[in-house]
Amino acid sequence: MKTVNEMKLSFPSKSCNEAFARSAVAAFIMNLDPTLSELSDLKTAVSEAVTNCIVHGYRRMGGMIYISGKIFEDGRVTVKIRDKGCGIENVEQAMQPLFTTAPDEERAGLGFAVMQSFCDRVRVKSQQQKGTTVTLEKRIDRHD
Amino acid sequence: MIETEYKNNVLTAYLKGELDHDSAAAIRTQVDAMAQSLRPSLLCLDFKDVSFMDSSGVGLVMGRYRRMKLLGGALAVKNYSDSAYKIFAMSGLEALGVLA
Repeated sequence: MKTVNEMKLSFPSKSCNEAFARSAVAAFIMNLDPTLSELSDLKTAVSEAVTNCIVHGYRRMGGMIYISGKIFEDGRVTVKIRDKGCGIENVEQAMQPLFTTAPDEERAGLGFAVMQSFCDRVRVKSQQQKGTTVTLEKRIDRHD
Repeated sequence: MIETEYKNNVLTAYLKGELDHDSAAAIRTQVDAMAQSLRPSLLCLDFKDVSFMDSSGVGLVMGRYRRMKLLGGALAVKNYSDSAYKIFAMSGLEALGVLA
């Protein structure tokens, strides 16, 4: 499938960049003319993924977060969110709703559940001490 | 700082803007300090002016629910959007009976 547009972003894992990241991704898909609900779904999923990098991947230590986005001819959008943090020991367990390793910080353990419910597909690749890559995929329907 | 109102033993916090992991921290600190000193019988979180929320909103609500219980009060959440409700519903928060 042909890529019609792509972008790359990198920024330090500061929590103020959660808003920047989701707004930037929203701006990237704007010319697909998404509905408000498609836009809010993708923003929410990106927000969850970036928060995971900050809270879990880098555990407040800091590091860079990398986002790459692609828009395909058929209206599919993929957003890859990557950190070079500690990685996830057990991806399957981490993806269980309500599972969290940070209850003290009032994390609800819903990050992956929200990503899965708000996107068409979520892929997670993680290697301990190397980092984690989450790929979100969502189709933006044409409204003409 | 978010706007709050204290009337008839009810503390209402008017949440505003985008609610994420970043903004939740400051809200939590402010609301908890007020609840601790005022000891309201009800803490009400008003989501009317929340334009965006991720699962940090669930953490905020659950944390305040526990804290109000410890203080002998209750929690109510009101005026949330449909998209916020979608996330609340995922968490099983409905069972707590706090969603107005």
